[in-house]
Amino acid sequence: MDADFDAIVVGAGPAGSVAAYSLAVAGLNVLMIERGTAPGSKNVTGGRLYAHALERVIPGFAGEAPLERLVTRETITFLTDESAVSVDVASDKLLKTPSYTVLRAEFDAWLAARAEAAGATLVTSIRADEPILEGGKVVGVRCGEDSMGASVVIAADGANSLIAQKAGLRRELDPSEMATGVKCVLELPRGVIEERFNLDEGGGAAHLYVGECTKGMPGGGFLYTNKESLSIGLVVQAAALARSPHRLVDLVEDFRLHPRLGALVKDGRLVEYSAHLIPEAGLAGMASPVADGLLVVGDAAGLVLNTGYTLRGMDFAMASGAAAAEAVIEAAKVGNFSKAGLGSYVDKLNRSFVMRDLRTFKKAPRFLHNKRIYSDYPGLVEDVATHVFAVDGSPRLPLRKVAARAVGAHGGLRQLAKDGWRGMTSL
Amino acid sequence: MTRMSIEERLAADKHVVDEGTPHIVVDVAACATCTPQDCACVKACPAGLFKAQGDTVTFDYAGCLECGTCRIVCFKKAIAWNHPEGGFGVEYRYG
Ligand SMILES: Cc1cc2nc3c(=O)[nH]c(=O)nc-3n(C[C@H](O)[C@H](O)[C@H](O)COP(=O)(O)OP(=O)(O)OC[C@H]3O[C@@H](n4cnc5c(N)ncnc54)[C@H](O)[C@@H]3O)c2cc1C
Ligand code: SF4
Ligand code: SF4
Repeated sequence: MDADFDAIVVGAGPAGSVAAYSLAVAGLNVLMIERGTAPGSKNVTGGRLYAHALERVIPGFAGEAPLERLVTRETITFLTDESAVSVDVASDKLLKTPSYTVLRAEFDAWLAARAEAAGATLVTSIRADEPILEGGKVVGVRCGEDSMGASVVIAADGANSLIAQKAGLRRELDPSEMATGVKCVLELPRGVIEERFNLDEGGGAAHLYVGECTKGMPGGGFLYTNKESLSIGLVVQAAALARSPHRLVDLVEDFRLHPRLGALVKDGRLVEYSAHLIPEAGLAGMASPVADGLLVVGDAAGLVLNTGYTLRGMDFAMASGAAAAEAVIEAAKVGNFSKAGLGSYVDKLNRSFVMRDLRTFKKAPRFLHNKRIYSDYPGLVEDVATHVFAVDGSPRLPLRKVAARAVGAHGGLRQLAKDGWRGMTSL
Repeated sequence: MTRMSIEERLAADKHVVDEGTPHIVVDVAACATCTPQDCACVKACPAGLFKAQGDTVTFDYAGCLECGTCRIVCFKKAIAWNHPEGGFGVEYRYG
């Protein structure tokens, strides 16, 4: 088959658009294929974009990209059925490593338009059906009746990557390695958001919740402020959901209606309800990202890091898209698009934060499967905190006794010490 | 604030349903051997499209959010799953 393009990128999410942008800037002839009517129309994130990865590709991007709010407050909350105990961080130090809340329909459309402006061709409303193989090498993609050839195909088709799977690079997804994310977008006036969340103009809040919201299942809740809406939702491990007595559709409403969230989300009008899978196994879930004529980037390669207190996929997607583009540019110089010719992609990933962070936190996924984190420990924190503040004239216990009693009621000191140690060595 | 049914929530979304071609096909013979109340698909589908009704599980692909959860959780691997044809399906306006 003839190569109509130097590269075909399947999927115009952050991974695909950054790859297409970088290839186009280098003068390569790139086609980007997106199944949605517009880039972003199929995509969901929590979401917060850690800016560093895109800053490297498009310096000063924050000045032109459709970003929602600069995150200026971070809150982690342990939630039980009636209580919330939070750690709230507001500090100018957060601004040294900026992160922004984003809504993907607008953001992805902007990023893909940047790739187009650099010279990439974008087609939308087209589903890529399968990679075309010749002699074991990927030489293009088939979309319905049409076949398109390219020297290299970049699979940037997200968590449900059928392209990587059909090329044999990714095994069937295991529900214990995936989480389902569900999100509600609630519309609220700008001023109300800033007042409720105690924000300066344009500032944003990022809230994570652990405990009751997932009924003790691995996962958590999130609440992000956008300009004129809130993004609120849950991320729950798919395997746990499958065996749970609860239905995810109910848990999402329970969370939105949780008494401790009421004051924050009150009067927010639901304008969208969305869901998406998240590959959560870190390194262990990683597909081989290279084959003859094919590179896999972003969620399609399983490049997501969940440490429990941060969930990062977009910066990994962008950095892997950029690394894949660099590898293709080098391969094009010598005209070698074989697995070996494209192999520098893996070296680049290994040297970048992508693989470094996945390696650093390689024990995190297993640690985070520990149910006690979601069922016992939020209750422990609640017991201590609510007791400390409860004054009714009855004799008070000293803090050490309060703590000892709470620990005893929630698994015991030995278990806590063990889990604490595992946490220290995994996160 | 009042609890919203899943139907009310899905009504907030824009869907362009491909009436002719379902992108998800469930093997009903396999479902017949499942206990509806315990089924993974009923628990995990964020759009509530798998419903335990009496002693069967029913499914309707209209309203699908295209997450792919059913495909990976189904106990019997009884789901043939694809993305909808280009241009069809859910269309997020916020995302
Ligand atoms: C609820 C939730 C919360 C999250 N929170 C955060 C967060 O706060 N911060 C963070 O960094 N990450 C977060 N993530 C993860 C992050 O959203 C993803 O890691 C990121 O979107 C991955 O980007 P991608 O480009 O690899 O894939 P995607 O964004 O999924 O893009 C894939 C693209 O490919 C297209 N496509 C797929 N198949 C085909 C095909 N066959 N033909 C044509 N087009 C196709 C899709 O339509 C889509 O546009 C969250 C995810 C979820 C679900
Ligand atoms: S788990 Fe699978 S086989 Fe069982 S009812 Fe659900 S879809 Fe059917
Ligand atoms: S893809 Fe997701 S929303 Fe659609 S039927 Fe399957 S689980 Fe439900």
